[in-house]
Amino acid sequence: MANSAYFDHAATTPMFPEAVRTMTEQLTVTGNASSLHGAGRRARRTVEEARETLGEALGARPSEVVFTSGGTEADNLAVKGLYWSRRAADPARTRILASPVEHHAVLDAVRWLADHEGAAVEWLPVDTYGRVHPDALREAVERDPSDVALVTVMWANNEIGTVLPVRELAAVAAEFGIPTHADAVQAVGQLPVSFADSGLAALTLTSHKIGGPYGIGALLLGREHTPEPLLHGGGQERDVRSGTLDVPAVAAFATAARLATERRPEFARDVGALRDALVTSVRAAVPEAVLNGDPDPDGRLPANAHFSFPGCEGDSLLLLLDARGIDCSTGSACTAGVAQPSHVLLAAGADPELARGTLRFSLGHTSTKAEVEALAAAIGPAVARARSAGLS
Amino acid sequence: MTATPPSIPEATAPRLRVLAAMSGGVDSAVAAARAAEAGHDVTGVHLALSANPKSFRTGARGCCTVEDAHDARRAADVIGIPFYVWDLAERFREDVVEDFFAEYEAGRTPNPCLRCNEKIKFAALLDKALALGFDAVCTGHYATVVRRADGGRELHRASDMAKDQSYVLGVLDERQLAHAMFPLGDTLTTKDEIRAEAERRGLAVAEKPDSHDICFIADGDTRGFLAKRLGSAEGDILDESGARVGTHEGAHGFTIGQRKGLRIGHPAPDGRPRYVLDISPVENTVTVGPAESLDVSALSAVRPRWCGAPPRGAGTYTAQLRAHGGETEVTAEPVGDGRELRVRFAEPVRGVAPGQAVVLYDGTRVVGSATIASTERARPLPTAAE
Repeated sequence: MANSAYFDHAATTPMFPEAVRTMTEQLTVTGNASSLHGAGRRARRTVEEARETLGEALGARPSEVVFTSGGTEADNLAVKGLYWSRRAADPARTRILASPVEHHAVLDAVRWLADHEGAAVEWLPVDTYGRVHPDALREAVERDPSDVALVTVMWANNEIGTVLPVRELAAVAAEFGIPTHADAVQAVGQLPVSFADSGLAALTLTSHKIGGPYGIGALLLGREHTPEPLLHGGGQERDVRSGTLDVPAVAAFATAARLATERRPEFARDVGALRDALVTSVRAAVPEAVLNGDPDPDGRLPANAHFSFPGCEGDSLLLLLDARGIDCSTGSACTAGVAQPSHVLLAAGADPELARGTLRFSLGHTSTKAEVEALAAAIGPAVARARSAGLS
Repeated sequence: MTATPPSIPEATAPRLRVLAAMSGGVDSAVAAARAAEAGHDVTGVHLALSANPKSFRTGARGCCTVEDAHDARRAADVIGIPFYVWDLAERFREDVVEDFFAEYEAGRTPNPCLRCNEKIKFAALLDKALALGFDAVCTGHYATVVRRADGGRELHRASDMAKDQSYVLGVLDERQLAHAMFPLGDTLTTKDEIRAEAERRGLAVAEKPDSHDICFIADGDTRGFLAKRLGSAEGDILDESGARVGTHEGAHGFTIGQRKGLRIGHPAPDGRPRYVLDISPVENTVTVGPAESLDVSALSAVRPRWCGAPPRGAGTYTAQLRAHGGETEVTAEPVGDGRELRVRFAEPVRGVAPGQAVVLYDGTRVVGSATIASTERARPLPTAAE
């Protein structure tokens, strides 16, 4: 049975009805976008129109849109692919400059390159909000600009919602001719995102976080960059990402991207106001709760609230709220289902005990005042109870 | 002594909030299903007991793999209860795995399942469950909790003696029992019937093999696991006269009563099989001898835990000395201000290993338990002069 209050839109958010319509229409149509006959041409036209729509929504040229299976694949393609191609062009380029607050799709790809491909990883310092400062990047690059393969920094953090100064960071790297990748999975639809203005070489986004279907995402990729592919095959998507395109998903993704960016100003205003109400009511119920991330509304995602509850175990809180019909998350989801202290908070210098008792409340386009009120009523007793269970 | 006193079966208890510990095996899945069917408000939880699950057993056996967590999750889906994975790896390492090493290092043979029940399932887990508002922890153990008319609790053997697991629960006190639920204990059900019930309930774990070995030893090689941590130090294997009959690679690799794996090249003079009689970690020696030298007439045990008030003075009981072991008639008496337990056997018993638990029963009822510290031989070791 579904719970009555859903605060995990950063994990996945309901599809827009318009995207569902686009997708169901396309599901009834046959055609491989790589085929040369009429059915193929029709499918190809749907894909190319989607590519144009998506590019327009995100300030990218259509030719810069590379469809992938989602955010994880786009992150891996950017990080590994750019590392391999940059190193192939100059064997000295083995240094990767990365923020330590990245999503695991970046973090683990970077670590894999260090373990298996001779990459030297340098984790950039972050402030207490998890933000990388351009001066810190400049300092790291200037030590030896010639050996840097790439820079990877997320646009906005998926756990604590901190917005990173991606344009400034990309500008620093660009001075030295170094490509920058940004994971913008959480930023799209919540912040103004223009690939053209960003100065980025590559940008990751995914459909199911912005009202589109699962299983489809994109890497926006500057024309001058040719990452080594992860998937070899039919040569689709500029030869960078082979595989038959999922036409219905591509079309619905484009619909969702168009709507999410069109509606972004209202979303930021309305959902931001709900988020502010949530923060106020949680603080009223639990005065000792610590809001993590940047308290300045301009410095964080409008739909994100992330708290530490001192003396509580995050999984205790999750269970208690779940039993009261409230869905939320302790951080980012993990395959084994075991809650770990947040690597983001640890990187930002938080007390390890505070990093264990965290909850992320992420809102979305279906969030309501009634949901926030349900949480306001439940959070106080849940925290009191979880505190009595203590830290195991 | 009498068997079961007048009792109210747990099944008539009101609707409770129950936390079901689900290992991923068939027993705990059926137990959780029965608790839910009885009308309780059940939540499933799988305990992640290894910090690095992949380092543990990867097959279908054991209780700590990612696959086991998956099986438990799917069982909870089918039963229709919420499910979580709780990370108790740090507590498990401290309280069970480290204790396991320390016991072997001291020449004893620990029972980590007992330890896990005492320290993890009915301590760390139970305490957390109670704090979070649950009334009871439910497991797939075969044992019976009886509520007396006066509200007190008793632990009894399972209805099916062949599957009884009251021995590994003998460490639980009355408070722990008051919050324990063993839905499999009170029915005469063969394992095949439990499997059939799992099948009928649509639980995919119905065909999963039983786990027998120690869950945190991935390949079942206890000696190798111990050697990796405790190292190997060559020492002597002696016979009862003190004569050297072979060498070993670490005294911690042995258990009292062990016959296999002694790797003594030449046979005993009388040609009869030899058993481990004694382990001396300080001298790093292992003493071997004939089966009758394993006979023990009494033992002394420490850390007694009583289910209810400790008995005053000596009493006659039946005792169980190892998991899946038989019963033996004993006289037992708390001594040393109740810190120790003296147990004398009516007839000598064979192969009693320090470190194992002695569990005392009055009929089917568990009276208490203690950890065996030392034994008294029925037949003293002959001295070298003899």
